[in-house]
Amino acid sequence: MSTPTASIAPTGTAFRGPGRWPDRVFHALAFTGALAIVVLMALVAWQLYRGSRLALHDFGWRFLTGSDWDPVNDTYGALPFIYGTFVSSLIALLIAVPLSIGTAIYLTDLAPLWLRQPLTSVIEMLAAVPSVIWGLWGIFVLVPWLRTSVYPLLQKTLGFLPFFRGPIYGIGMLTGGVIVAIMILPIVTSVSREVLRSVPNLQREAAYGLGATRWEVTRIAVLSYARRGLFGAAVLGLGRALGETMAVTMVIGNTPQIAASLFAPGYSLASVIANEFTEATTPLYLNALFELGLVLLGLTIFINVLALVMVRAITSAETRRVA
Amino acid sequence: MNVLFIACALLVVSPLGFVLFHLARLGFASINLDFFTNLPKPVGQLGGGMGNAIIGTFELLGLASLIGVPVGVLGGIYLAEYGGDRFNGWIRFAADVLNGTPSIVWGMVAYGVVVIPMKGFSAYAGGLALGFIMIPLALRTTEEMLVLVPRSYREAALALGLPRWKTIVRIVLPTAMKGILAGVLLAMGRVAGETAPLLFTAFGNQYWSRHLNEPIAALPLQIFSYAISPYDDWHRQAWAGALVLVLLVLLLSVGVRLISADWKKSLPS
Repeated sequence: MSTPTASIAPTGTAFRGPGRWPDRVFHALAFTGALAIVVLMALVAWQLYRGSRLALHDFGWRFLTGSDWDPVNDTYGALPFIYGTFVSSLIALLIAVPLSIGTAIYLTDLAPLWLRQPLTSVIEMLAAVPSVIWGLWGIFVLVPWLRTSVYPLLQKTLGFLPFFRGPIYGIGMLTGGVIVAIMILPIVTSVSREVLRSVPNLQREAAYGLGATRWEVTRIAVLSYARRGLFGAAVLGLGRALGETMAVTMVIGNTPQIAASLFAPGYSLASVIANEFTEATTPLYLNALFELGLVLLGLTIFINVLALVMVRAITSAETRRVA
Repeated sequence: MNVLFIACALLVVSPLGFVLFHLARLGFASINLDFFTNLPKPVGQLGGGMGNAIIGTFELLGLASLIGVPVGVLGGIYLAEYGGDRFNGWIRFAADVLNGTPSIVWGMVAYGVVVIPMKGFSAYAGGLALGFIMIPLALRTTEEMLVLVPRSYREAALALGLPRWKTIVRIVLPTAMKGILAGVLLAMGRVAGETAPLLFTAFGNQYWSRHLNEPIAALPLQIFSYAISPYDDWHRQAWAGALVLVLLVLLLSVGVRLISADWKKSLPS
């Protein structure tokens, strides 16, 4: 389907006529557009490598394991940021994935037909809200609410765990995770929905035919079948969560530390780049920030490739089988 | 069991309701004509507006589109009309991976490509950063729209002896025009609210910028710096700016929906 004309007009030498050279030019032009993707890939890798060469050379692997970030003394360790990125993203996944999959199930199998399209549109609108606006809302609405209502309750009930001890500031790792959860809800929901929709109807019909109830059909015929794709949707959400910048920067607390308490402020890779890039006065400082960017890029590319492979394996296999 | 899933759906959409409610409540109160026409006032003086940031956002969007739209649309044409399955599959995959890379990374790339050689922050750098983000988006949406054009249209044109490029330019593209427009607007809406890639490229500006090689203000940047400031009046303005930005982005998103629904209806199925 993606190359509908391939069999109609051969690109080879068969087509000889007065229109030959414009055809070539247009083909070449379109090809440069496609090639731009490859160029972008190379450009981003090269620029980040070039920008961080000094730091790569000076610190080596110590950069990733060092936990001291002290620009004044030119000591740079990325561990607190990597930790913050992962912890806030994992919190986001824990909140967002069950909600998203639940919503996707509702949208594909349970909701009344008239409601499906409007609800999908609303979720797409959720995705359109810019990060900085979630951050603004986070600072002035979410943080005060969490600080006065939710966190004290959490501390009272689950305070025996080290994660929920210590002073409550409102801003902090957990708040960062909550805001990222909101931001990845739309993508995880829409990919999960796509995955669930690619489950062949035959599968559902067979389960119904065996006398399964609606919920049993969803659980046995749909969910177990789509498991891998749903996992892919979650991993795709992780990829987005790792790179979330503005909203996280505004609520995570921006303190490079590794604390057991989730109420404590933290810092993420993207946030430290956003905050300190224009302040980086020494070349080594700037290089260290570029290296953080390189780490972030490597992580997100790795996670995205993993997720896309998983999601595609299921959605394309199904369309092939049905077709 | 059903209740559980309804609760999930409600929880997922509720943040949108809350954010729109607070934007309307806090934003509308602070919007007046001055907000659209005036420059930001220095600390301590009340009033002022974000006129320069609103214009700046449109300028940056224009620059980004100049880069992102032609390259992305051409790439989309290639994937839909030319190329082998294998190569196109890889390009598609790479574009999806690029779509998932954090936007702040593109700011760093633009910093390396433009800011360092030009020795200063500029609208060019900001536009380029946003343009980088637009390319893979526009490419994927254009391709998705082009493959919806029925194969019979192409066959008819080629049978009449039209060369292939003319078939694409005169038949396929005009048929898909609305769809491509929708895709382009979608990409614009996506980058209009981007803040991170502008922090160290466009940088922001408290004044009107006269040249594209100067730092330029942008609505998301202004909202960010006002939101994290300690002044109440600035917070008020941040909400007003956020309301304007959300209206812009949602308007684009509604436009996309209307245009593409209208177009898909016009296609023979």
